[in-house]
Amino acid sequence: MKPALGEIWVYLSTTPLLGLTLTLLAYQGALWLYRRGNHHPLLNPVMVAVAVLVLVLTLTGTPYQTYFDGAQFVHFLLGPATVALAIPLHAQWKRLKGMLLPLLVTLTIGSLTAALSAVGIAALLGASRESVMSMAPKSVTMPIAMGVAERLGGLPSLTAVLVMSTGILGAVGARYVYRLLHIEDHAVRGFAIGIASHGIGTARAFQVSEQAGAFAALAMGLNGLLTAAMLPWILPWLESLLR
Amino acid sequence: MIGALTVLLVFQLIGEAFARGLDLPIPGPVIGMGLMFAALVLRGGPGGELRSTATGILQHLSLLFIPAGTGVMLHFQRLADEWLPLTVALIASTLLSIAVSALLLHMLSRHTPHGEDRS
Repeated sequence: MKPALGEIWVYLSTTPLLGLTLTLLAYQGALWLYRRGNHHPLLNPVMVAVAVLVLVLTLTGTPYQTYFDGAQFVHFLLGPATVALAIPLHAQWKRLKGMLLPLLVTLTIGSLTAALSAVGIAALLGASRESVMSMAPKSVTMPIAMGVAERLGGLPSLTAVLVMSTGILGAVGARYVYRLLHIEDHAVRGFAIGIASHGIGTARAFQVSEQAGAFAALAMGLNGLLTAAMLPWILPWLESLLR
Repeated sequence: MIGALTVLLVFQLIGEAFARGLDLPIPGPVIGMGLMFAALVLRGGPGGELRSTATGILQHLSLLFIPAGTGVMLHFQRLADEWLPLTVALIASTLLSIAVSALLLHMLSRHTPHGEDRS
């Protein structure tokens, strides 16, 4: 007896294979569209792929958790990819060493600006406490941000969404900011986008040049360290101030 | 490629062990990155295999954010309720921090003797 199409679907939708394959297909499709569209920032591959996946999961009634059971194999690679950032970092080390002090000052101010402006604006406009705390580490690479949000009393999975949106916003908007401010230097561009929009900004910077990518990776790594160390101390104080 | 992947995972593992063992607020992979970086400085650079594997992974960094990003579907209700503060805060804060960081670094690196002219 041949199984009905529905039964095949029921079987496939419970194995990791489907979530994994869907993720790769959505990514390939989004990349194709991005190239076809002359790398237009609004066709950001992450955003397009996520939109497609949400649509497919919603239409087929597949719970996110079922999808993620498969897609976690891709998600897992975030760890080794973070470690791999040491390599482009090292490639730029000579230039970085010469600029160490300006970089550290910029990092500290930029990191504080990213966290405090987000928290301040969201709180003043009436966002709930959970949302505000989930918002605080929005400029930090995903694995760090989720850990920090949890410590602050935010929702890690909401943080993932906010981190994601921040990354896309940065990848889409940075070029306009740079044009407005007449910033040409790839090192400066990369470093600023790395502070503000972590891995997605870094991915975007790598498409511009290896130098921009390396500086973005450096900024992302350092901002992760700094934010993880600073926010749990600063935020309770800021909260009492806003109340 | 497998050798390079093993090296990356070993550094991640050491990083995780450090993070858990010393109860640090910094995630393991970030510590792993720091240790890997230190190792590269000591060794004078990565081998060809490690370099090409790392480049391969980093070129597709965007792919790795898709599974977590799809989690947006869990929060549609909250996002519908709080869309205004969240959207304004995200956009303003992201563009502001890019502008502040870029301007600051641009000014500072022009005015230090170790600035761009060296490269």
